[in-house]
Amino acid sequence: MAIDMRESVGAEHSGDVPPPVVHPRRRPRWLGPNVGRALAGAVGGYALGHWLGNLIASGYTHVQTSGQNDVAVVLALSIGVLGWLAGAGMLDYPVAKVVGREPLPPTPSRSWTRYFGPALDHKVIGLQYAVVVLLFFFTGGLLAMAIRTELLNPTNHVFGPGTYIAVVGEHGTIMMMMASSIVVGPLGNWLVPLMIGSRRMAFPRLEAFSLWIFAAGYLVILTALPLGGFPTGWTGYAPLQTQAGAGMDSYLVGFAVIGIGMILAGFNLAATIINYRAPGMTWGRIPVFVWSILATAALLTLATPTLVAAGLFGVLDRTAQTAYFVNEHGGSSYLWQNLFWFFGHPEVYIMALPGFGIVAEILPVFTRKPLFAYRVSAAGMIGVALLSFFVWQHHLFQSGINPDMRPLFMLTTELISIPTGFIFLVGLGTLWRAKISFEVPMLFALAMFFNFLIGGVTGVFLSDVPVNVTVHGSFFVLAHFHYTIMGGLVFAFFGGLYYWLPKMTGKQMNQRLGKWHFWPMFIFFNLTFFPLFLVGLLGQPRRVFEYAQNLQVLNDFSSVSAFLLGASFLIFIANFVWSMFIDPKPSPPNPWNSRGLEWQTEMPVPPYNFARIPVVLTDPYHYGEDDAPAVADLGPKTLALTGAVPAAGGTAEGSVLRGPADPRPPIV
Amino acid sequence: MSPTPAPNSPQGSGTRHFRRLIPIWLVLSAVCDIVYFFVLGPHVPPGAMTSSASSQQSDFNVLFLTALPVIMAVWVYMGYAIYTWRGSRPGATDPEGGVAARGHLGIQVGWIVSTTVIVLAMFVFGFVELAVPAGAGGGEGPNPLWTPTSKGVLPVQVIGQQWEFTYRYPTFGGFETRDLVLPVDTTIAFHVTSLDVIHDFWAYQLGVKADANPSEDNVAFTTTRQLGAFTVRCDELCGLWHGAMYNFGKVLSKSQFLVWAQSTERTNAANTKNLPAFSYTYVPDANGADGGYYPDSVDPYSNVETYGATTPAK
Repeated sequence: MAIDMRESVGAEHSGDVPPPVVHPRRRPRWLGPNVGRALAGAVGGYALGHWLGNLIASGYTHVQTSGQNDVAVVLALSIGVLGWLAGAGMLDYPVAKVVGREPLPPTPSRSWTRYFGPALDHKVIGLQYAVVVLLFFFTGGLLAMAIRTELLNPTNHVFGPGTYIAVVGEHGTIMMMMASSIVVGPLGNWLVPLMIGSRRMAFPRLEAFSLWIFAAGYLVILTALPLGGFPTGWTGYAPLQTQAGAGMDSYLVGFAVIGIGMILAGFNLAATIINYRAPGMTWGRIPVFVWSILATAALLTLATPTLVAAGLFGVLDRTAQTAYFVNEHGGSSYLWQNLFWFFGHPEVYIMALPGFGIVAEILPVFTRKPLFAYRVSAAGMIGVALLSFFVWQHHLFQSGINPDMRPLFMLTTELISIPTGFIFLVGLGTLWRAKISFEVPMLFALAMFFNFLIGGVTGVFLSDVPVNVTVHGSFFVLAHFHYTIMGGLVFAFFGGLYYWLPKMTGKQMNQRLGKWHFWPMFIFFNLTFFPLFLVGLLGQPRRVFEYAQNLQVLNDFSSVSAFLLGASFLIFIANFVWSMFIDPKPSPPNPWNSRGLEWQTEMPVPPYNFARIPVVLTDPYHYGEDDAPAVADLGPKTLALTGAVPAAGGTAEGSVLRGPADPRPPIV
Repeated sequence: MSPTPAPNSPQGSGTRHFRRLIPIWLVLSAVCDIVYFFVLGPHVPPGAMTSSASSQQSDFNVLFLTALPVIMAVWVYMGYAIYTWRGSRPGATDPEGGVAARGHLGIQVGWIVSTTVIVLAMFVFGFVELAVPAGAGGGEGPNPLWTPTSKGVLPVQVIGQQWEFTYRYPTFGGFETRDLVLPVDTTIAFHVTSLDVIHDFWAYQLGVKADANPSEDNVAFTTTRQLGAFTVRCDELCGLWHGAMYNFGKVLSKSQFLVWAQSTERTNAANTKNLPAFSYTYVPDANGADGGYYPDSVDPYSNVETYGATTPAK
């Protein structure tokens, strides 16, 4: 069944091999855009911006009286980001277009050095994203260790109050930035085109841009520490924000920069999923992970602009002396809260939905069963995404803002637990009479359900206004959202990493070390955060460095568990380094016998994914069926593809993707 | 969840599993609920010092008693599944796929309906528990919709500033003090405001929590029921010494309170004269000079109306 796909969407790259194009202006790679040049650009831009800011604003009265030039800091950070992007080559294409020169084509490369520069291949960008989010994650994790160290004793302090508050804010902000992209960035970008049978993302340059600006956000938020930190925590409430030191500028610029990356990544993923699905990849067949990424992409594009705008207002208040958030000059301290949480609550689901998608992919593989209630799971994702725009004021139940609307926000918040519960229906239904194998990804997926149940149920407690009076702003809230974000998303992410890394890198992770990573992480995660529910109920507010004497035992228990939780990640790092670099073992093409389309491609996946656009024949969940149809027709000669691959592991040799090699770069 | 088990399915009929699961779940839920209700429930914070505290306690308990069976259902099922359907069990065979394994309509509808019913019931309960006890001790903004029914209400103003709380008693000449003293068996209206950034007045044992926003009057009601001391903490990050922004208050008998209030009014009289007149909110001096704070619409340096300062309608 040789289907001629040349007339179909995206198929124009297949077929005849074009004559090689000669580009005379090629540079050696180390001279081209790369991370070193980006760093140099960032430093140069920072210095330039600082000089410019001093030139402009050093004579301002409020700068002279306060001795703090926020204009200089904001310009330094902004131009530093521009310098970083220019150094990374992100501006080459638009600038060349604007000045009317033919842009340099991307340099196709299979060398490992391609990971250090701009890339247009979504798989390279996915791995680059993975490195950056792990950098975020481990930086934030070290700050968490510092927080738990300070809280070992109620009255003897390791840090001064200023340092402590800076560490708390930095931890929260870095982790929130990380969590907004931890799945969408690495796994979303890497997997979505493969899962929907596309040769590329819709906007590869935007994809690269979103990665590099995300990485710039890491540098920007790190500058907060040498600038004195910011005292507001990750929520950045004004007017405290308006009176804070220069570290606050890093927070505002950092969140705006990250926000731009989130918006672009969301657009790109949504456009890709909607337009680049292979023939036959109907809405009823796309993997649930893709549904989750689509729902997340909608939130990223629709909610994040509010954050960027709020950040801009904050920057203007601090530099141009506007008064968006200053009550006595016509602004409102409620305005920031409203804008921030209008973004902030969809953000919470940006940090939950991709995790649901991952576990929905893992469960059928390790139960050897079809996913239970596919349509309900997709409806759950969409329902959560829609409702998430109508709940934000539950963060402000005690604030005095819109008090008469509290019942409405209580209702919407409680309603959102219904579509969230769909994910549990799907998960538990898939376990029914299954054949469960407890490989590392499956352990993480099961743990996600265990943790998220606690996180979700305590969320209903928080949505109840009378109970909220007691627990609002306390460690109870802290424990709740760590259970959902870390217990849900981060567990799902690591499950997904163990599951897909063999595909992404062609190398196996060590399974025994994987279990040694999982069990301490699971146990000490629960031992760290469960006591904090009690700590909160017993009256400890968030973000304090002093607490009641009678809470020391619980706090110490949590701290020691947190240190061991932190140590469990050392096992992951050891496993990663060992399995990827020291003693790499090639992975079979389909180690988990998955029916997912992404596993049916060649290993390693060629730059353009598919020699021909596949024709998708069914959804990827036909486990346990003797006469299950092949997932897709991958090429003119290879209908032999079966998702339920032979037990020997992987597809039969030569059955997949042995079409004519296409030497062209994926993006023209 | 498997409506049409194959007659010769190696795993037998699905009803067999339900016959085991449901009794285990029922017994465990009942035991947990009973133990919780009698052992832990009465000690759940914030206690019973005020009407709002005890209503929060009972609300928490109702939610917990509802949540425990839900949690048990998931845990029992997961534990059962992990043990019974583990791949390493003797004679484990590949599960059967097909339409039957893809979703049983009754299970799906049942799940959606039951979660919806639980959620809506919780909403109705929460709404009633919010409205009937006059806002349940939470901040209700400047014009509370739900107000207490009692005749005598003692207004106490809570002023947050970096980094301490002070209290003004408008019915006693508007004196200001750092000690929060309240009479027992009295309905209190806390008027919470701030002079600088956002704070949050959390009188823990009283079951009262209200944000202190500059230029905003946030009212919270409670009725004291027990004598004793309580803690006040700032519950909204307000800068450097947020962690040290706490103090203690006490609930006295009505006569003791009257003695305390009248004597404090007398001893503080000289200071009270220097304070701005009592107002629900205060805006900083237009020039920020001498750290003075003036009440609403009093702007000594211009005739321009100051925005942002509002006086409640009531």
